[in-house]
Amino acid sequence: MLLLIPLLPLVGFLINASFGRRISKGASGAVACAAILASFAVSVLAVSQLVALPEDSRALVSHAFTWITSGTLNVGLTLRLDPLSAVMILVVSGIGSLIHVYSTAYMHEETDCEYARYFSYLNLFAAFMLLLVLGANFLVMFVGWEGVGLCSYLLIGFWYQKQSASDAGKKAFIVNRIGDFGFVLGVLLAFVRFGSLDFQEIARSAATLSPETTFGTVSLITLLLFVGATGKSAQIPLFVWLPDAMEGPTPVSALIHAATMVTAGVYMIGRNAVLFSHAPQTLTIVAIIGAATALMAGTIGLVQNDIKRVLAYSTVSQLGYMFLAMGVGAYGAGIFHLYTHAFFKALLFLGSGAVIHALHGEQDLRHMGGLRKDLPITYWTFVIGAMAIAGVPGLAGFFSKDEILSSVYFGGHQILWAVGLLTALLTAIYMFRLVFLAFHGERSENVAADASSHQPPATSHSSDSPQPPATSHHLHDAPPAMAFALIVLAIGSVFAGYVSRGGWLDHFLEPSFAPQTLEHAVDGGMETTLMVIASVTATAGILIAVFYFLRSRTAADGIANTFAALHRVLLNKYYVDEAYDATIVQPIHIVSKDALWKIVDARILDGAVNGAGETVGGLSEALRRVQTGSVRAYAGSVFFGAVMILGYYLWR
Amino acid sequence: MSFPILTSLVALPIVGAVLLLFVRARPGDDGEQTARMTRRIALVVSALVFVETLLLWARFNPASADFQFVERHAWIPSFGISYAVGVDGISLFLLVLTGFLTPIALLSSWESVHTQTKAFCMFVLLLESAMMGVFVSLDLFLFYVFWDAMLVPMYFLIGIWGYDRRIYAAIKFMLYTMAGSVLMLLAILGLAVLHYNATGSYSFDLLKMYALNVPRPVQFWFFLAFGLAFAIKVPLFPFHTWLPDAHVEAPTAGSVILAGVLLKMGTYGLLRFAFPLFPQAAEFFAPALAVLAVVGIIYGALVAMVQPDMKKLVAYSSVSHLGFVVLGLTAMNTQGVQGAVYQMLNHGVSTGGLFLIVGMLSDRRHTRLIAEFGGLKKVMPHLVAVFLIVTLSSIGLPGLNGFVGEFLILLGAFRWDPTLAAFAATGVILSATYMLWMFQRVNYGTVTNEKNAHLPDLRPREWFVIVPIIAVAILMGVLPNLFLAPIAPSVEKLLNQFHQSTTTRIEAKAGAVGRVLSDPADRRVRKDPPYVESAR
Repeated sequence: MLLLIPLLPLVGFLINASFGRRISKGASGAVACAAILASFAVSVLAVSQLVALPEDSRALVSHAFTWITSGTLNVGLTLRLDPLSAVMILVVSGIGSLIHVYSTAYMHEETDCEYARYFSYLNLFAAFMLLLVLGANFLVMFVGWEGVGLCSYLLIGFWYQKQSASDAGKKAFIVNRIGDFGFVLGVLLAFVRFGSLDFQEIARSAATLSPETTFGTVSLITLLLFVGATGKSAQIPLFVWLPDAMEGPTPVSALIHAATMVTAGVYMIGRNAVLFSHAPQTLTIVAIIGAATALMAGTIGLVQNDIKRVLAYSTVSQLGYMFLAMGVGAYGAGIFHLYTHAFFKALLFLGSGAVIHALHGEQDLRHMGGLRKDLPITYWTFVIGAMAIAGVPGLAGFFSKDEILSSVYFGGHQILWAVGLLTALLTAIYMFRLVFLAFHGERSENVAADASSHQPPATSHSSDSPQPPATSHHLHDAPPAMAFALIVLAIGSVFAGYVSRGGWLDHFLEPSFAPQTLEHAVDGGMETTLMVIASVTATAGILIAVFYFLRSRTAADGIANTFAALHRVLLNKYYVDEAYDATIVQPIHIVSKDALWKIVDARILDGAVNGAGETVGGLSEALRRVQTGSVRAYAGSVFFGAVMILGYYLWR
Repeated sequence: MSFPILTSLVALPIVGAVLLLFVRARPGDDGEQTARMTRRIALVVSALVFVETLLLWARFNPASADFQFVERHAWIPSFGISYAVGVDGISLFLLVLTGFLTPIALLSSWESVHTQTKAFCMFVLLLESAMMGVFVSLDLFLFYVFWDAMLVPMYFLIGIWGYDRRIYAAIKFMLYTMAGSVLMLLAILGLAVLHYNATGSYSFDLLKMYALNVPRPVQFWFFLAFGLAFAIKVPLFPFHTWLPDAHVEAPTAGSVILAGVLLKMGTYGLLRFAFPLFPQAAEFFAPALAVLAVVGIIYGALVAMVQPDMKKLVAYSSVSHLGFVVLGLTAMNTQGVQGAVYQMLNHGVSTGGLFLIVGMLSDRRHTRLIAEFGGLKKVMPHLVAVFLIVTLSSIGLPGLNGFVGEFLILLGAFRWDPTLAAFAATGVILSATYMLWMFQRVNYGTVTNEKNAHLPDLRPREWFVIVPIIAVAILMGVLPNLFLAPIAPSVEKLLNQFHQSTTTRIEAKAGAVGRVLSDPADRRVRKDPPYVESAR
């Protein structure tokens, strides 16, 4: 039964890929939606079977066939459902289904075969993502890992005629490959060390060890794996692809670049919790990278003007939060945030998609404003999403964020806790800045003129679809398919957090992380204090946004002008792309072209070969000249030779 | 006596070539009819050969490590030269690959070869015969005959039906390869003399040579002689510069066979001859070879990245991919060697596929410059779709063939020397970079060149050419054990013999590692890395 979960969307992919050009939009959309919904249904069924099992043996295994055998390496195409993957398949197939449904309306302006192509990719993505989270060993996970990367590449570059889109797709793939480089080495080292690639067997072997006090093999394995995670989950230093990935259609951003694929790195750490728990030094690195990424992305998110880029940096920031949780050993909290984040970030992206759809492709916040009157469903669901991510008490994000922050605090990492809190403040500010700029105030089309002087070329890119911006007169709110997805996700964003009541989720997930989940002494009074601090922070952030972006935008501009240099640095995303280009991309290119190819290859290596050939040719030419045909010359040389030989013998 | 299937594999293409001699123009024919007839006969013959290789696979005993279907006939008894052929797990799939790619190569040049079609088809068939001969030879002299015989048809294929600088490329190919093989001939004769000194009779029999105790200093010289011939053929950095020229100038069929099969001769030779005949020398030179291989992986990829010509790009990517194969071989452990053999097949399929696609584009536009293209996806969606799949297979996407080979090689190399493996693994990043960059420039964006606006999509014949490649790429990615299982016993046997003959120093080290890895055949680890210590 487990096999059906990834297989159903794969069949959907095959149908749309083979016959997509010949069937109508309705048919290809229906096939894709049916495939993912069926997969969701099977997932629910499988999870209910899992829950029915006794707590200490909650795992369903399905072995399809032996994939690769070579010496002691024996890897099966094996799927395993345990509590952790149960959470993941529900998120992937559940939110995936909503986004499929949403897409049927969002992509409706595409031609028949483009529409089918879109849905075939989306189904293929779901298949690989489900394989990733169900895989029982590193290699099956890696198939999914690379497969989702491929789909991400294809979907980011879906509008392939646009240079920026195909560039962004390629960048995503290559940056991910850099991460994979570390990941593969980590897998190899894990195999050499533990003699297996099966997660359970590795965990079993690792559990017998004591945590490494110095940086040893397990630390190296986990650090290499984490390099893979920084690629897939867009953490420092490999986060640069994710903001560019916003070139893809917005539902893709919601599904792949917010709710599911980018969380694969977090999931991978959760999957190898036992291993990571034995490498405290790696965990510290994970926590620091996570916190630093969260803060950095949050600051960039404050000033971006493209609605999707704000959300993209927000995603990077929230992923950093999840890694922070993993890094302090609070695996349950990290996965909890992964799960709640999937709801509200998908909601926010789909909401922004509804805005972009209504405005026929406009993505620049400065060209928006006052949309709440025209787009009530979008507005209210978006506000719920914003409140959820900001951490307003009672909503999903509040619970998961609070759990992370208190785990960090009680784990003894006060500085990281402060960074997390500051990020939470930033989150509230930039989210409500977005809300106020897009939905409140008045819509103005000329604001851009003076502000765009700050705009770097990278962010002032063109819109989702080729139509010119519409006037504000006849805007349509989300059509039914889109509204449905928004409303369901809004409900989720409100209530999803309640699964953690009484520690239910933590308890449910525990077998997947056991036996190494770190337990910290929790002080009940302090816990309440922290919760209050978190709530106050969220509220403060919203109030700051209210003041600067609702009441007095001139004040906001004033701050931007006062700190003009800082503002510019943030607008340009700390110039990381430029730095990479100058220090890595260009040097490699120049060295390859001008030194390796044109000098080493053409002049030195090939020159030597051709030179050898010419030398032989020249010698032959010289020898040819000796053959003069003159008998006297021949006789002379014979005589000369005889003398030389005689002389040699005599002299010897 | 059972049916001599291996001999028939060698002979059938020759028979086909002879048959073509009798195809004559009927009165009133403009030549086109004859050409069509010729192509059909050649295709049918090569298809029959392919079916025969499949039969061979079906009847091959996958549990046996020994040579099967062995035939022996005295040829020049006074020198101990015999016609001895046989097949084991290492050569089995190389035969199948040859059988698979030859009809595809013929079909790929169905329309692009206009002149002297008969001669073209004959050369392709003769080439096939010689390639089969190389893979089945169990006699060094016989092997050498086939080895050099291969050069002749390839020389003409490049020189007659190639592109503008075809004469230069053909001569360079010929001379470069000959220069390497002359030394190998000397070493082969030297082995025969050694055999005479030891037993009183000459022999060129490979199996007898395996048993021969070659003195250590002699091993070094002979290994270098064999090694140079094979390194040029691979081609191993820095002996690779003939390859881009040969590939760029060769017609599509030539490139497909050159990349698909001929490049495997070098690595096959290392595995079949150089390593087992001179194990101590191999042991000594393996690190140097491995370093050259890794340099080739990175260097080939970097140079591929900046090529303006698609064919040249694919040619340099071959240098990179073959570097992986050599790295796997030099690791001399189960995963490394099995991965290397597997990667030889993968490279034949993936790079063969890439050359086919580049050939389709250049048939349409008569250029291979990347800058001349752009936006093809809009114009030729099907061709671009298959292009994508072949590209992904080439960059080792899991689920397709390339990944299995690369992973096994990296694993084997990692167990031997993690540092080398780590450097080699950067090839995984670089291959994605150059392939996807080319793919983007050719297929994405808008059509900027008017000449590309109305190119026809895949024709039925082209579907026939490319679909088998894709099917095999998927099959080898999803069910690799279908291929790995018959390869395994022969590889194990070879490794056992190899490690018995190498120094006891290695044996002593293997004890420690063997306990951890509990795999008697995977014993070769050069240094004890820290993780071995902590496991105990």
